[in-house]
Amino acid sequence: MKELYRTMRVIRRFEERTVDLVNANEIAGVTHEYVGQEAVATGVCSVLRRDDAITSTHRGHGHLIAKGADVSRMFAELLGRVDGLNRARGGSMHIADLSIGVLGANGIVAAGAPHAAGAAWAFREAGTDRIAVTFFGDGGINQGVLLETFNLAALWRLPLVFICENNGYAVTLSAEHSTAGSMVDRAASYGMPAEAVDGMDVEAVAVSAGRAVARARAGEGPSFVECRTYRFFGHHTAERTMKLGYRTDEEIAHWRERDPLELAGARLEPAERAAIDQEVEALLDESLAFARASERPLAEDALAFNYAALEPRRGVAR
Amino acid sequence: MLRYQAALAKALRDELANDEAVFVIGEDVRESLRGVSRGLAAEFGEERVLDTPISEQAFTGFATGAALVGRRAVIEFQIPALLFIAFEQIVDQAHKLRLMTGGQASVPVTYLVPGSGARLGLAGQHSDNPYSYFVHAGVKTVLPATAHDAYGLFAAAIRDDDPVVVFAPAAVLGVRDEVPDDPYVVPLGSGRIHREGTDVTVVAVGHLVHDALALAEEVAGEISVEVFDPRTLYPFDWELLAESISRTGRLVVYDDANRSCGFAAEIVATAAEELPLVAPPRRVTRADAVVPFAVDLERAVLPSRAQLATAVRQTLREEARP
Ligand SMILES: Cc1ncc(C[n+]2csc(CCOP(=O)(O)OP(=O)(O)O)c2C)c(N)n1
Ligand SMILES: [Mg+2]
Repeated sequence: MKELYRTMRVIRRFEERTVDLVNANEIAGVTHEYVGQEAVATGVCSVLRRDDAITSTHRGHGHLIAKGADVSRMFAELLGRVDGLNRARGGSMHIADLSIGVLGANGIVAAGAPHAAGAAWAFREAGTDRIAVTFFGDGGINQGVLLETFNLAALWRLPLVFICENNGYAVTLSAEHSTAGSMVDRAASYGMPAEAVDGMDVEAVAVSAGRAVARARAGEGPSFVECRTYRFFGHHTAERTMKLGYRTDEEIAHWRERDPLELAGARLEPAERAAIDQEVEALLDESLAFARASERPLAEDALAFNYAALEPRRGVAR
Repeated sequence: MLRYQAALAKALRDELANDEAVFVIGEDVRESLRGVSRGLAAEFGEERVLDTPISEQAFTGFATGAALVGRRAVIEFQIPALLFIAFEQIVDQAHKLRLMTGGQASVPVTYLVPGSGARLGLAGQHSDNPYSYFVHAGVKTVLPATAHDAYGLFAAAIRDDDPVVVFAPAAVLGVRDEVPDDPYVVPLGSGRIHREGTDVTVVAVGHLVHDALALAEEVAGEISVEVFDPRTLYPFDWELLAESISRTGRLVVYDDANRSCGFAAEIVATAAEELPLVAPPRRVTRADAVVPFAVDLERAVLPSRAQLATAVRQTLREEARP
């Protein structure tokens, strides 16, 4: 429990600091915060091994942290520095760490699902018991590529786990107004076990995901878990300037009563919790200092990494 | 002597034998409608030759995922238009992952289209030659014109550590050529001069190489035509073209793709900017049109040898602008 709480606390504070950094223009563009959903990534990744693979989403920081990514290098990436996980080539929406099986956040909704399926298949073909997990949102569940992947995974009994993070909205459109039928029934219709779980309760998520992961590892095929959760912040950092009316303050307050950190924190001794909080703060201070000290990439290297061994054509004639 | 199609099949078989990481995925690939993968499931096992449901986005992304963890995928697309369905997974995912991950990801996937272009009567949705889209995006793109090059380029594509789209023109699938028994590759990015000439360089693409060669022969008494086959559209062999133009000073591009922002447009533009042309370059392309069904209508929107002859003569009449 201490470890689960600690991971959630790192995610929460990483995200809160990220918002500040975006607002201070230290991070370019926008980021999609995971605040409110920490129990999902934390619970799921707590039942994974380092050599398992995950595919993440545009809202991916939590998944990376929970899978064990180095937060210093994550901050460096968001700040656009050479020590970033992606050497400042990816940023928030493409952040990845293949060395720990994070095949990538993804700027395109549900596009990572087939990647996870391919990785899961390759793991099985190699004779290992490694598995893959794909995260996607309630918006993602209406993407054709995801439904195609449901079919492939069930048909080929792939060692794959589908984690649907139902945070109630896809940008401004509520899940109620976007999805016909129930998500669980939809997944179950492909012939895989499917269930919904309280996505604010990290232990409940870990139990549910644990069952799905065990099945996958045992060669029994894919499963689907809908984690019912909520995002406390806007769709992305810029939303606060947009004055959108798609949800009420009362609704947000209602969900905040079930803050996953508070639920988990209440299961710890207060002193224990305070010590963890303090330790996390120190870690993030250090990580941010590391990121800020890292060099910015050189403009002359802008064309690197496009190909294995080829320089792209330049925009100016030779 | 092997037919083009058989050369593709031989390359695939040799690469499956050469590297255990290689696998094939696509629709009906075990039976193999085009014969490229016929018999391979029996020889290498069904786990290396995967028949997939009609789910282009998913199986294209599936190949990316397998490639990310060490496999080497060959995807066969039954129809060139299916690339439009898989476009996001190729251009936006597979192609971009290396850069977006700062060099962590390698995505060795080959997308094979064994039967690209119009072939009389297949109409609007089965007659595309969608290579310019991939060139535009910077995806490695090859278009072999002969069985020899089909073998070597397909093998090179499979061994390449980046995504590569291989278009095999429908019009040449049955054409025979000398194909060595032993495995070989034709390096990506190397053009080929099929016929030397001194008056004008014709850059002919895919099956049109054969047409350009026929024209060169027809007009040989009158005009000396050099026939240049890029073989790889991206990366393009600018050095070899520069050499050719330095001899001929004149350029006509013969390309069976739409005109606007098409492959021919890029060659002509770059040649105009950078190469020592003595007359304005010309291009003979498809119309920017949907291919109509009736055979006479189809022919009317495709580039023709007669148009090529006219363009060649025109460029020879014209002088460098002051
Ligand atoms: C295929 C696709 N369509 C639209 C978008 C724009 N977009 C980005 S995030 C998003 C909402 C996704 O909702 P959901 O899957 O529920 O994830 P959440 O943002 O709630 O975490 C949309 C529409 C996109 N990135 N990709
Ligand atoms: Mg959502």
